[in-house]
Amino acid sequence: MKVLVTGISGTLGRLTAVKLVQHGYEVVGIDRRPWPNAPEEIEIFQADIRKRPAEDVFRTHRPDAAIHMATVTHLVTQSPDRMRVNLYGTRAFIHHCAVYGVKQTVFVGRHTFYGAAADSPLYHTEDEPPMSTHSFPELADLVAADLYAASALWRYPEIATSVLRIVYTLGPSKHGTLASYLHGPNVPLIMGFDPLFQFMHEDDAAEAIVSALAHRLHGIYNVAGPTPVPLSTIVRAAGRRPIPAPEPLFKLGLGRLGLPRLPAGAADHLKYPIVVDSDPFRRATRFTYQYDERETINSFRAVR
Amino acid sequence: MLDNLLPVDPEVAARIEALDLQFNKFGIDPYGIDKNDLIRFVSAFAWLYRYYFKVEVYGLDNVPSRGRALLIGNHSGGVAIDGAMVMGSMLLEAEPPRLPHAMIDKFIHEFPGASQLMSRTGQFTGNPEQAERLLNDERLVLVFPEGARGTAKLAKDADSLVGFGTGFMRLALETKSPIVPFGFVGGGDALPTVANLKRLGRLFGVPYIPVTKWGLLIPKPTRFQLLYGKPMFFEGTGHERDELVCAMVDQVKERIADLIRQGRSLREKEISGEDLVL
Repeated sequence: MKVLVTGISGTLGRLTAVKLVQHGYEVVGIDRRPWPNAPEEIEIFQADIRKRPAEDVFRTHRPDAAIHMATVTHLVTQSPDRMRVNLYGTRAFIHHCAVYGVKQTVFVGRHTFYGAAADSPLYHTEDEPPMSTHSFPELADLVAADLYAASALWRYPEIATSVLRIVYTLGPSKHGTLASYLHGPNVPLIMGFDPLFQFMHEDDAAEAIVSALAHRLHGIYNVAGPTPVPLSTIVRAAGRRPIPAPEPLFKLGLGRLGLPRLPAGAADHLKYPIVVDSDPFRRATRFTYQYDERETINSFRAVR
Repeated sequence: MLDNLLPVDPEVAARIEALDLQFNKFGIDPYGIDKNDLIRFVSAFAWLYRYYFKVEVYGLDNVPSRGRALLIGNHSGGVAIDGAMVMGSMLLEAEPPRLPHAMIDKFIHEFPGASQLMSRTGQFTGNPEQAERLLNDERLVLVFPEGARGTAKLAKDADSLVGFGTGFMRLALETKSPIVPFGFVGGGDALPTVANLKRLGRLFGVPYIPVTKWGLLIPKPTRFQLLYGKPMFFEGTGHERDELVCAMVDQVKERIADLIRQGRSLREKEISGEDLVL
Protein backbone atom coordinates (compact mmCIF):
# COMPACT_ATOMS: atom_id res chain seq x y z
CA MET A 1 0.00 0.00 0.00
CA LYS A 2 1.37 3.38 -1.02
CA VAL A 3 1.04 6.33 1.37
CA LEU A 4 1.72 9.96 0.52
CA VAL A 5 2.76 12.19 3.41
CA THR A 6 2.62 15.98 3.10
CA GLY A 7 4.82 17.94 5.48
CA ILE A 8 7.09 14.90 5.68
CA SER A 9 10.21 16.88 6.65
CA GLY A 10 8.72 18.11 9.91
CA THR A 11 9.50 16.27 13.14
CA LEU A 12 6.25 14.38 13.31
CA GLY A 13 6.31 13.86 9.53
CA ARG A 14 9.69 12.12 9.66
CA LEU A 15 8.76 9.95 12.62
CA THR A 16 5.52 8.95 10.96
CA ALA A 17 7.22 8.19 7.63
CA VAL A 18 9.80 5.95 9.29
CA LYS A 19 7.08 4.11 11.20
CA LEU A 20 5.08 3.63 8.00
CA VAL A 21 8.11 2.04 6.34
CA GLN A 22 8.57 -0.20 9.37
CA HIS A 23 4.94 -1.27 9.07
CA GLY A 24 5.55 -2.21 5.42
CA TYR A 25 3.97 0.76 3.66
CA GLU A 26 5.52 2.34 0.58
CA VAL A 27 6.07 6.03 1.40
CA VAL A 28 6.20 9.12 -0.81
CA GLY A 29 6.62 12.56 0.71
CA ILE A 30 6.04 16.19 -0.19
CA ASP A 31 7.49 19.15 1.67
CA ARG A 32 8.79 22.63 0.96
CA ARG A 33 11.67 21.87 3.30
CA PRO A 34 14.36 19.32 2.51
CA TRP A 35 14.91 16.14 4.54
CA PRO A 36 18.65 15.58 4.35
CA ASN A 37 19.73 11.95 4.76
CA ALA A 38 16.21 10.64 4.58
CA PRO A 39 15.92 6.83 4.51
CA GLU A 40 16.37 5.72 0.94
CA GLU A 41 13.11 3.77 0.83
CA ILE A 42 11.29 7.08 1.10
CA GLU A 43 10.94 9.17 -2.05
CA ILE A 44 10.75 12.88 -1.29
CA PHE A 45 9.61 15.70 -3.55
CA GLN A 46 10.48 19.23 -2.53
CA ALA A 47 7.36 21.08 -3.50
CA ASP A 48 4.65 23.33 -2.12
CA ILE A 49 1.40 21.44 -1.59
CA ARG A 50 -0.51 24.29 -3.25
CA LYS A 51 1.59 24.22 -6.45
CA ARG A 52 1.53 22.17 -9.65
CA PRO A 53 4.58 19.97 -8.86
CA ALA A 54 2.79 18.66 -5.77
CA GLU A 55 -0.26 17.71 -7.81
CA ASP A 56 2.07 15.91 -10.21
CA VAL A 57 3.21 13.68 -7.37
CA PHE A 58 -0.41 12.62 -6.76
CA ARG A 59 -0.93 12.06 -10.50
CA THR A 60 2.18 10.02 -11.16
CA HIS A 61 2.32 8.07 -7.89
CA ARG A 62 -1.39 7.42 -7.37
CA PRO A 63 -1.12 6.79 -3.60
CA ASP A 64 -3.76 4.60 -1.91
CA ALA A 65 -3.72 6.72 1.19
CA ALA A 66 -2.51 10.21 2.17
CA ILE A 67 -1.61 11.89 5.45
CA HIS A 68 -1.79 15.68 5.63
CA MET A 69 0.70 17.27 7.98
CA ALA A 70 1.65 20.30 5.91
CA THR A 71 0.20 22.85 8.28
CA VAL A 72 2.24 25.58 9.89
CA THR A 73 1.50 25.31 13.56
CA HIS A 74 4.16 27.26 15.42
CA LEU A 75 3.09 30.71 16.43
CA VAL A 76 6.31 32.49 15.55
CA THR A 77 5.36 32.61 11.89
CA GLN A 78 2.58 35.12 12.07
CA SER A 79 1.92 35.98 8.48
CA PRO A 80 -0.84 35.87 5.90
CA ASP A 81 1.30 33.15 4.30
CA ARG A 82 0.60 30.83 7.21
CA MET A 83 -3.12 31.26 6.76
CA ARG A 84 -2.77 30.49 3.04
CA VAL A 85 -0.61 27.43 3.58
CA ASN A 86 -2.97 26.05 6.18
CA LEU A 87 -6.22 26.61 4.31
CA TYR A 88 -5.34 26.50 0.61
CA GLY A 89 -2.93 23.68 1.37
CA THR A 90 -5.70 21.63 2.99
CA ARG A 91 -8.00 22.43 0.10
CA ALA A 92 -5.42 21.30 -2.46
CA PHE A 93 -4.78 18.14 -0.48
CA ILE A 94 -8.45 17.16 -0.37
CA HIS A 95 -8.92 18.05 -4.02
CA HIS A 96 -5.96 15.96 -5.20
CA CYS A 97 -7.06 13.02 -3.07
CA ALA A 98 -10.52 13.10 -4.64
CA VAL A 99 -9.27 13.54 -8.21
CA TYR A 100 -6.48 10.98 -8.09
CA GLY A 101 -8.39 8.19 -6.42
CA VAL A 102 -6.93 8.23 -2.91
CA LYS A 103 -9.12 5.89 -0.83
CA GLN A 104 -8.12 7.00 2.61
CA THR A 105 -6.88 10.25 4.19
CA VAL A 106 -5.69 11.37 7.61
CA PHE A 107 -5.63 15.04 8.60
CA VAL A 108 -3.31 15.75 11.51
CA GLY A 109 -4.72 18.57 13.65
CA ARG A 110 -4.29 19.67 17.22
CA HIS A 111 -6.23 19.54 20.45
CA THR A 112 -5.90 23.31 20.91
CA PHE A 113 -8.91 23.39 18.55
CA TYR A 114 -11.16 23.49 21.63
CA GLY A 115 -9.51 26.52 23.22
CA ALA A 116 -8.89 27.24 26.90
CA ALA A 117 -11.39 29.06 29.13
CA ALA A 118 -12.33 29.30 32.80
CA ASP A 119 -15.66 27.57 32.24
CA SER A 120 -14.80 24.91 29.70
CA PRO A 121 -15.16 21.34 30.90
CA LEU A 122 -12.18 19.12 31.50
CA TYR A 123 -12.13 16.35 28.85
CA HIS A 124 -13.42 17.74 25.58
CA THR A 125 -15.34 15.42 23.30
CA GLU A 126 -15.21 15.56 19.51
CA ASP A 127 -18.68 17.10 19.17
CA GLU A 128 -17.70 20.29 20.98
CA PRO A 129 -17.37 23.48 18.90
CA PRO A 130 -14.18 25.57 18.98
CA MET A 131 -14.84 28.18 21.68
CA SER A 132 -11.81 30.41 21.82
CA THR A 133 -11.03 31.79 18.40
CA HIS A 134 -12.03 35.26 19.64
CA SER A 135 -9.52 35.25 22.50
CA PHE A 136 -6.74 33.63 20.47
CA PRO A 137 -7.19 34.77 16.85
CA GLU A 138 -3.72 33.52 15.95
CA LEU A 139 -5.08 29.99 16.10
CA ALA A 140 -8.11 30.74 13.96
CA ASP A 141 -6.54 29.40 10.75
CA LEU A 142 -5.76 26.05 12.38
CA VAL A 143 -9.30 25.81 13.70
CA ALA A 144 -10.61 26.65 10.24
CA ALA A 145 -8.30 24.09 8.62
CA ASP A 146 -9.58 21.42 11.04
CA LEU A 147 -13.22 22.23 10.27
CA TYR A 148 -12.47 22.46 6.55
CA ALA A 149 -10.72 19.10 6.54
CA ALA A 150 -13.75 17.57 8.25
CA SER A 151 -15.94 18.83 5.40
CA ALA A 152 -14.31 16.08 3.30
CA LEU A 153 -16.31 13.64 5.43
CA TRP A 154 -19.54 14.62 3.67
CA ARG A 155 -18.13 15.99 0.42
CA TYR A 156 -16.28 12.78 -0.38
CA PRO A 157 -18.01 10.08 1.65
CA GLU A 158 -16.31 7.42 -0.50
CA ILE A 159 -12.93 8.43 0.96
CA ALA A 160 -12.24 7.21 4.51
CA THR A 161 -11.26 10.51 6.12
CA SER A 162 -10.07 10.91 9.68
CA VAL A 163 -9.37 14.20 11.41
CA LEU A 164 -7.06 13.70 14.39
CA ARG A 165 -6.85 16.27 17.17
CA ILE A 166 -3.57 15.34 18.78
CA VAL A 167 -2.34 16.66 22.12
CA TYR A 168 1.05 18.38 22.49
CA THR A 169 3.97 16.16 21.59
CA LEU A 170 7.25 16.05 23.48
CA GLY A 171 10.41 14.04 22.95
CA PRO A 172 14.07 13.99 22.00
CA SER A 173 13.51 16.12 18.87
CA LYS A 174 12.79 19.13 21.14
CA HIS A 175 10.41 20.42 18.50
CA GLY A 176 6.82 21.49 18.92
CA THR A 177 4.80 24.01 20.88
CA LEU A 178 5.43 22.59 24.33
CA ALA A 179 9.12 21.95 23.66
CA SER A 180 9.69 25.54 22.51
CA TYR A 181 7.87 26.80 25.56
CA LEU A 182 10.17 24.71 27.78
CA HIS A 183 13.24 25.74 25.79
CA GLY A 184 15.10 27.99 28.24
CA PRO A 185 16.29 27.26 31.79
CA ASN A 186 13.64 29.61 33.19
CA VAL A 187 10.04 29.08 32.15
CA PRO A 188 7.48 31.83 32.77
CA LEU A 189 4.16 30.83 34.33
CA ILE A 190 1.19 32.97 35.16
CA MET A 191 1.02 33.39 38.90
CA GLY A 192 -1.94 31.75 40.59
CA PHE A 193 -2.81 29.53 37.63
CA ASP A 194 -1.54 26.07 36.90
CA PRO A 195 -3.47 24.37 34.11
CA LEU A 196 -3.33 20.70 33.31
CA PHE A 197 -1.33 20.02 30.16
CA GLN A 198 -1.87 16.96 28.07
CA PHE A 199 1.04 15.66 26.06
CA MET A 200 2.34 12.46 24.56
CA HIS A 201 5.69 11.19 23.34
CA GLU A 202 6.32 12.10 19.70
CA ASP A 203 6.92 8.42 18.86
CA ASP A 204 3.53 7.58 20.33
CA ALA A 205 1.93 10.37 18.30
CA ALA A 206 3.47 8.97 15.10
CA GLU A 207 2.28 5.49 16.06
CA ALA A 208 -1.23 6.87 16.63
CA ILE A 209 -1.25 8.39 13.13
CA VAL A 210 -0.17 5.10 11.58
CA SER A 211 -2.79 3.35 13.66
CA ALA A 212 -5.53 5.69 12.34
CA LEU A 213 -4.45 4.71 8.84
CA ALA A 214 -4.28 1.00 9.59
CA HIS A 215 -7.81 1.01 11.01
CA ARG A 216 -9.27 3.07 8.14
CA LEU A 217 -10.84 5.53 10.58
CA HIS A 218 -13.64 7.68 9.27
CA GLY A 219 -14.53 10.63 11.48
CA ILE A 220 -13.08 13.07 14.00
CA TYR A 221 -10.95 11.72 16.84
CA ASN A 222 -9.11 13.21 19.79
CA VAL A 223 -5.75 11.55 20.30
CA ALA A 224 -4.06 11.53 23.72
CA GLY A 225 -1.53 9.51 25.67
CA PRO A 226 -0.99 9.55 29.45
CA THR A 227 -3.21 11.48 31.87
CA PRO A 228 -2.60 15.26 31.99
CA VAL A 229 -0.12 16.89 34.37
CA PRO A 230 -0.09 20.44 35.83
CA LEU A 231 2.17 22.79 33.88
CA SER A 232 4.38 23.68 36.85
CA THR A 233 5.01 19.97 37.47
CA ILE A 234 6.07 19.52 33.84
CA VAL A 235 8.40 22.51 34.06
CA ARG A 236 10.08 21.14 37.17
CA ALA A 237 10.24 17.57 35.86
CA ALA A 238 11.93 18.93 32.72
CA GLY A 239 14.67 20.38 34.93
CA ARG A 240 13.55 23.95 34.34
CA ARG A 241 12.90 26.67 36.87
CA PRO A 242 9.30 27.91 36.92
CA ILE A 243 9.08 31.70 37.16
CA PRO A 244 5.53 32.69 38.07
CA ALA A 245 4.70 36.26 37.06
CA PRO A 246 1.45 38.15 37.61
CA GLU A 247 -0.57 38.17 34.40
CA PRO A 248 -0.17 41.89 33.50
CA LEU A 249 3.59 41.63 33.99
CA PHE A 250 3.68 38.41 31.99
CA LYS A 251 1.93 40.04 29.05
CA LEU A 252 4.24 43.07 29.19
CA GLY A 253 7.31 40.88 29.31
CA LEU A 254 6.50 38.64 26.34
CA GLY A 255 9.25 38.81 23.75
CA ARG A 256 11.47 40.72 26.18
CA LEU A 257 13.84 39.72 28.98
CA GLY A 258 14.38 36.33 27.43
CA LEU A 259 10.70 35.45 27.59
CA PRO A 260 9.30 33.67 24.53
CA ARG A 261 7.47 35.73 21.94
CA LEU A 262 3.85 34.65 22.25
CA PRO A 263 0.60 36.30 21.22
CA ALA A 264 -1.46 37.69 24.09
CA GLY A 265 -4.10 34.98 23.57
CA ALA A 266 -1.54 32.36 24.54
CA ALA A 267 -1.95 33.50 28.14
CA ASP A 268 -5.27 31.64 28.31
CA HIS A 269 -3.46 28.44 27.44
CA LEU A 270 -1.19 29.02 30.43
CA LYS A 271 -4.17 29.67 32.72
CA TYR A 272 -6.75 27.09 31.73
CA PRO A 273 -6.48 23.46 30.68
CA ILE A 274 -7.22 21.98 27.28
CA VAL A 275 -7.78 18.34 28.02
CA VAL A 276 -9.40 15.91 25.60
CA ASP A 277 -11.21 12.61 25.95
CA SER A 278 -9.66 10.17 23.50
CA ASP A 279 -11.69 7.10 24.43
CA PRO A 280 -13.36 6.82 20.99
CA PHE A 281 -9.92 6.74 19.33
CA ARG A 282 -8.66 4.15 21.78
CA ARG A 283 -11.72 2.00 21.25
CA ALA A 284 -11.50 2.27 17.45
CA THR A 285 -7.78 1.49 17.19
CA ARG A 286 -6.88 -0.19 20.50
CA PHE A 287 -4.02 2.31 20.59
CA THR A 288 -1.89 2.28 23.74
CA TYR A 289 0.98 4.64 24.49
CA GLN A 290 4.48 3.32 25.14
CA TYR A 291 5.81 6.27 27.14
CA ASP A 292 4.10 7.42 30.31
CA GLU A 293 4.11 11.03 31.52
CA ARG A 294 7.46 10.83 33.29
CA GLU A 295 9.25 8.85 30.57
CA THR A 296 8.03 11.35 28.00
CA ILE A 297 9.40 14.33 29.93
CA ASN A 298 12.66 12.51 30.61
CA SER A 299 13.16 11.73 26.92
CA PHE A 300 12.90 15.47 26.28
CA ARG A 301 15.08 16.41 29.22
CA ALA A 302 17.85 13.90 28.47
CA VAL A 303 18.81 15.54 25.16
CA ARG A 304 21.18 18.45 25.61
CA MET B 1 2.18 24.43 44.78
CA LEU B 2 1.82 24.46 48.56
CA ASP B 3 5.05 22.55 49.17
CA ASN B 4 6.88 23.55 52.32
CA LEU B 5 4.37 26.28 53.08
CA LEU B 6 1.93 24.28 55.13
CA PRO B 7 2.49 21.57 57.72
CA VAL B 8 1.13 18.07 57.17
CA ASP B 9 -1.37 16.60 59.59
CA PRO B 10 -0.60 12.85 59.65
CA GLU B 11 -4.23 11.92 60.22
CA VAL B 12 -5.30 14.01 57.23
CA ALA B 13 -2.52 12.47 55.14
CA ALA B 14 -3.80 8.99 56.00
CA ARG B 15 -7.34 9.99 55.04
CA ILE B 16 -6.25 11.45 51.69
CA GLU B 17 -4.26 8.26 51.00
CA ALA B 18 -7.47 6.32 51.65
CA LEU B 19 -9.42 8.22 48.97
CA ASP B 20 -10.59 6.09 46.06
CA LEU B 21 -8.54 8.03 43.47
CA GLN B 22 -6.03 6.92 40.87
CA PHE B 23 -2.87 9.01 41.08
CA ASN B 24 -0.24 8.92 38.33
CA LYS B 25 3.55 9.03 38.75
CA PHE B 26 3.37 12.71 39.64
CA GLY B 27 0.66 12.16 42.25
CA ILE B 28 -2.02 13.65 39.99
CA ASP B 29 -5.39 12.03 39.33
CA PRO B 30 -7.03 12.23 35.87
CA TYR B 31 -8.99 15.31 36.97
CA GLY B 32 -5.87 17.17 38.07
CA ILE B 33 -6.19 16.53 41.80
CA ASP B 34 -2.73 16.73 43.36
CA LYS B 35 -2.37 14.36 46.30
CA ASN B 36 0.32 16.40 48.05
CA ASP B 37 -1.47 19.70 47.58
CA LEU B 38 -4.67 18.14 48.84
CA ILE B 39 -2.92 16.80 51.96
CA ARG B 40 -1.38 20.17 52.76
CA PHE B 41 -4.48 22.17 52.05
CA VAL B 42 -6.82 19.88 53.98
CA SER B 43 -4.33 19.78 56.88
CA ALA B 44 -4.63 23.55 57.19
CA PHE B 45 -8.36 23.47 56.62
CA ALA B 46 -8.81 20.76 59.28
CA TRP B 47 -7.82 23.26 61.93
CA LEU B 48 -10.56 25.66 60.82
CA TYR B 49 -13.06 22.83 60.60
CA ARG B 50 -12.31 21.34 64.01
CA TYR B 51 -11.38 24.27 66.18
CA TYR B 52 -12.29 27.64 64.69
CA PHE B 53 -15.69 26.42 63.61
CA LYS B 54 -17.40 23.43 65.12
CA VAL B 55 -19.52 21.30 62.86
CA GLU B 56 -22.17 18.98 64.25
CA VAL B 57 -22.75 16.45 61.49
CA TYR B 58 -25.80 14.16 61.47
CA GLY B 59 -26.70 11.40 59.04
CA LEU B 60 -23.29 11.02 57.46
CA ASP B 61 -24.22 7.37 56.77
CA ASN B 62 -26.80 8.62 54.29
CA VAL B 63 -24.01 9.53 51.86
CA PRO B 64 -23.10 6.42 49.82
CA SER B 65 -19.56 5.34 50.69
CA ARG B 66 -18.87 4.58 47.04
CA GLY B 67 -20.39 5.17 43.63
CA ARG B 68 -22.09 8.13 42.03
CA ALA B 69 -24.24 10.52 44.05
CA LEU B 70 -25.29 14.13 44.11
CA LEU B 71 -25.10 16.13 47.34
CA ILE B 72 -27.79 18.79 47.13
CA GLY B 73 -28.24 21.45 49.78
CA ASN B 74 -28.76 25.03 50.82
CA HIS B 75 -26.49 28.03 50.98
CA SER B 76 -26.67 29.78 54.35
CA GLY B 77 -24.07 32.51 54.41
CA GLY B 78 -22.57 35.42 52.48
CA VAL B 79 -19.87 33.18 51.04
CA ALA B 80 -19.86 29.44 50.56
CA ILE B 81 -18.58 28.44 54.01
CA ASP B 82 -21.29 25.78 53.86
CA GLY B 83 -19.60 24.22 50.84
CA ALA B 84 -16.29 24.12 52.66
CA MET B 85 -17.90 22.46 55.70
CA VAL B 86 -19.58 19.82 53.54
CA MET B 87 -16.13 19.13 52.06
CA GLY B 88 -14.71 18.93 55.56
CA SER B 89 -17.36 16.49 56.77
CA MET B 90 -16.76 14.16 53.80
CA LEU B 91 -12.96 14.33 53.99
CA LEU B 92 -12.43 14.45 57.76
CA GLU B 93 -15.36 12.52 59.22
CA ALA B 94 -16.85 10.14 56.64
CA GLU B 95 -15.68 6.51 56.71
CA PRO B 96 -14.23 5.92 54.19
CA PRO B 97 -13.44 9.55 53.31
CA ARG B 98 -14.69 10.85 49.96
CA LEU B 99 -13.78 13.92 47.94
CA PRO B 100 -16.85 15.80 46.72
CA HIS B 101 -16.48 17.75 43.48
CA ALA B 102 -18.34 21.03 43.93
CA MET B 103 -19.82 22.76 40.91
CA ILE B 104 -18.55 26.29 41.53
CA ASP B 105 -19.25 29.70 40.05
CA LYS B 106 -17.25 30.65 36.95
CA PHE B 107 -15.75 33.77 38.51
CA ILE B 108 -13.71 31.70 40.98
CA HIS B 109 -11.53 30.18 38.26
CA GLU B 110 -10.80 33.63 36.89
CA PHE B 111 -8.91 34.60 40.04
CA PRO B 112 -5.21 33.88 40.39
CA GLY B 113 -4.58 31.56 43.30
CA ALA B 114 -8.20 30.53 43.62
CA SER B 115 -8.02 28.95 40.18
CA GLN B 116 -4.89 27.02 41.07
CA LEU B 117 -6.27 25.82 44.40
CA MET B 118 -9.58 24.74 42.92
CA SER B 119 -7.88 22.99 39.99
CA ARG B 120 -5.62 20.96 42.28
CA THR B 121 -8.45 19.93 44.59
CA GLY B 122 -10.96 18.85 41.93
CA GLN B 123 -13.37 21.80 42.09
CA PHE B 124 -14.70 22.76 38.67
CA THR B 125 -16.75 25.53 37.16
CA GLY B 126 -20.27 24.13 37.17
CA ASN B 127 -21.41 22.89 33.81
CA PRO B 128 -23.56 19.91 32.89
CA GLU B 129 -20.88 18.14 30.82
CA GLN B 130 -18.43 18.24 33.69
CA ALA B 131 -20.92 17.00 36.27
CA GLU B 132 -22.14 14.23 33.98
CA ARG B 133 -18.61 13.01 33.35
CA LEU B 134 -17.82 12.96 37.08
CA LEU B 135 -21.01 11.08 37.93
CA ASN B 136 -20.42 8.54 35.17
CA ASP B 137 -17.00 8.12 36.74
CA GLU B 138 -18.73 7.21 40.05
CA ARG B 139 -17.71 10.42 41.80
CA LEU B 140 -19.53 12.48 44.40
CA VAL B 141 -20.78 15.81 43.03
CA LEU B 142 -21.83 18.72 45.24
CA VAL B 143 -24.39 21.19 43.92
CA PHE B 144 -26.07 24.18 45.54
CA PRO B 145 -29.11 24.63 43.29
CA GLU B 146 -29.65 28.15 44.64
CA GLY B 147 -26.34 29.22 43.07
CA ALA B 148 -25.01 32.71 43.74
CA ARG B 149 -28.58 33.81 44.59
CA GLY B 150 -28.25 31.51 47.61
CA THR B 151 -25.06 32.98 49.01
CA ALA B 152 -26.53 36.44 48.39
CA LYS B 153 -29.23 35.81 51.03
CA LEU B 154 -28.78 38.27 53.88
CA ALA B 155 -28.27 36.93 57.40
CA LYS B 156 -31.92 37.43 58.36
CA ASP B 157 -32.96 35.10 55.50
CA ALA B 158 -30.22 32.54 56.06
CA ASP B 159 -32.64 29.67 56.80
CA SER B 160 -34.88 30.35 53.81
CA LEU B 161 -34.52 28.89 50.32
CA VAL B 162 -34.54 30.88 47.09
CA GLY B 163 -35.37 29.46 43.65
CA PHE B 164 -33.78 26.13 42.76
CA GLY B 165 -32.30 25.42 39.35
CA THR B 166 -33.49 22.22 37.67
CA GLY B 167 -30.17 21.18 36.13
CA PHE B 168 -29.21 18.91 39.01
CA MET B 169 -32.45 16.92 38.70
CA ARG B 170 -32.07 16.34 34.97
CA LEU B 171 -28.51 15.27 35.66
CA ALA B 172 -29.61 12.86 38.38
CA LEU B 173 -32.23 11.34 36.07
CA GLU B 174 -29.89 11.10 33.12
CA THR B 175 -27.06 9.48 35.07
CA LYS B 176 -29.36 7.53 37.45
CA SER B 177 -27.64 9.05 40.46
CA PRO B 178 -29.14 9.14 43.95
CA ILE B 179 -29.67 12.58 45.47
CA VAL B 180 -28.53 13.08 49.05
CA PRO B 181 -30.27 16.19 50.40
CA PHE B 182 -28.59 18.14 53.16
CA GLY B 183 -29.50 21.11 55.31
CA PHE B 184 -26.89 23.50 56.68
CA VAL B 185 -27.60 25.88 59.57
CA GLY B 186 -25.47 28.62 61.11
CA GLY B 187 -23.81 30.27 58.12
CA GLY B 188 -25.79 33.43 58.78
CA ASP B 189 -24.28 33.67 62.27
CA ALA B 190 -20.69 33.12 61.12
CA LEU B 191 -20.95 35.85 58.50
CA PRO B 192 -24.01 38.00 59.27
CA THR B 193 -24.32 39.89 55.99
CA VAL B 194 -26.38 43.05 56.11
CA ALA B 195 -25.84 44.16 52.50
CA ASN B 196 -24.35 43.05 49.23
CA LEU B 197 -22.46 45.56 47.09
CA LYS B 198 -23.31 44.49 43.57
CA ARG B 199 -21.81 47.37 41.62
CA LEU B 200 -18.50 47.28 43.49
CA GLY B 201 -18.46 43.52 43.02
CA ARG B 202 -18.79 43.89 39.29
CA LEU B 203 -15.68 46.09 39.29
CA PHE B 204 -13.73 43.22 40.85
CA GLY B 205 -15.31 40.55 38.67
CA VAL B 206 -17.40 38.90 41.40
CA PRO B 207 -21.22 38.75 41.63
CA TYR B 208 -21.26 40.98 44.74
CA ILE B 209 -19.20 41.94 47.79
CA PRO B 210 -20.94 41.01 51.04
CA VAL B 211 -20.80 43.45 53.95
CA THR B 212 -21.09 41.94 57.42
CA LYS B 213 -22.32 43.49 60.64
CA TRP B 214 -18.71 44.27 61.51
CA GLY B 215 -17.83 45.41 58.00
CA LEU B 216 -15.07 42.92 57.33
CA LEU B 217 -15.52 39.65 55.53
CA ILE B 218 -14.08 37.59 58.37
CA PRO B 219 -16.32 34.89 59.80
CA LYS B 220 -16.55 34.58 63.56
CA PRO B 221 -16.05 31.19 65.24
CA THR B 222 -19.40 29.45 64.99
CA ARG B 223 -21.01 26.09 65.63
CA PHE B 224 -22.78 24.71 62.57
CA GLN B 225 -25.38 22.00 62.11
CA LEU B 226 -25.08 19.86 59.00
CA LEU B 227 -27.80 17.25 58.43
CA TYR B 228 -27.65 14.68 55.64
CA GLY B 229 -31.02 13.19 54.72
CA LYS B 230 -31.81 9.75 53.29
CA PRO B 231 -30.87 9.37 49.62
CA MET B 232 -33.71 10.12 47.19
CA PHE B 233 -34.12 8.18 43.94
CA PHE B 234 -36.06 9.51 40.97
CA GLU B 235 -37.11 7.60 37.86
CA GLY B 236 -36.81 9.17 34.43
CA THR B 237 -34.59 9.98 31.50
CA GLY B 238 -33.77 13.63 32.18
CA HIS B 239 -35.70 14.70 29.08
CA GLU B 240 -39.08 15.11 30.79
CA ARG B 241 -41.19 18.24 30.49
CA ASP B 242 -40.29 21.12 32.80
CA GLU B 243 -43.42 20.71 34.97
CA LEU B 244 -42.49 17.12 35.81
CA VAL B 245 -38.90 17.99 36.60
CA CYS B 246 -39.95 21.00 38.67
CA ALA B 247 -42.25 18.79 40.75
CA MET B 248 -39.33 16.48 41.51
CA VAL B 249 -37.11 19.46 42.34
CA ASP B 250 -39.81 20.68 44.75
CA GLN B 251 -39.72 17.34 46.59
CA VAL B 252 -35.98 17.78 47.14
CA LYS B 253 -36.44 21.40 48.10
CA GLU B 254 -39.09 20.50 50.69
CA ARG B 255 -36.83 17.79 52.09
CA ILE B 256 -33.98 20.32 52.44
CA ALA B 257 -36.32 22.88 54.03
CA ASP B 258 -37.34 20.18 56.53
CA LEU B 259 -33.69 19.37 57.31
CA ILE B 260 -32.98 23.08 57.83
CA ARG B 261 -35.97 23.32 60.24
CA GLN B 262 -34.71 20.35 62.24
CA GLY B 263 -31.20 21.81 62.20
CA ARG B 264 -32.55 25.12 63.50
CA SER B 265 -34.42 23.34 66.33
CA LEU B 266 -31.22 21.50 67.25
CA ARG B 267 -29.36 24.79 67.23
CA GLU B 268 -31.93 26.37 69.54
CA LYS B 269 -31.68 23.20 71.70
CA GLU B 270 -35.42 22.55 71.29
CA ILE B 271 -34.69 18.96 70.25
CA SER B 272 -31.72 16.62 70.54
CA GLY B 273 -29.95 14.44 68.00
CA GLU B 274 -32.20 11.44 68.78
CA ASP B 275 -35.31 13.36 67.69
CA LEU B 276 -34.08 13.86 64.15
CA VAL B 277 -35.94 12.35 61.21
CA LEU B 278 -33.33 12.27 58.46
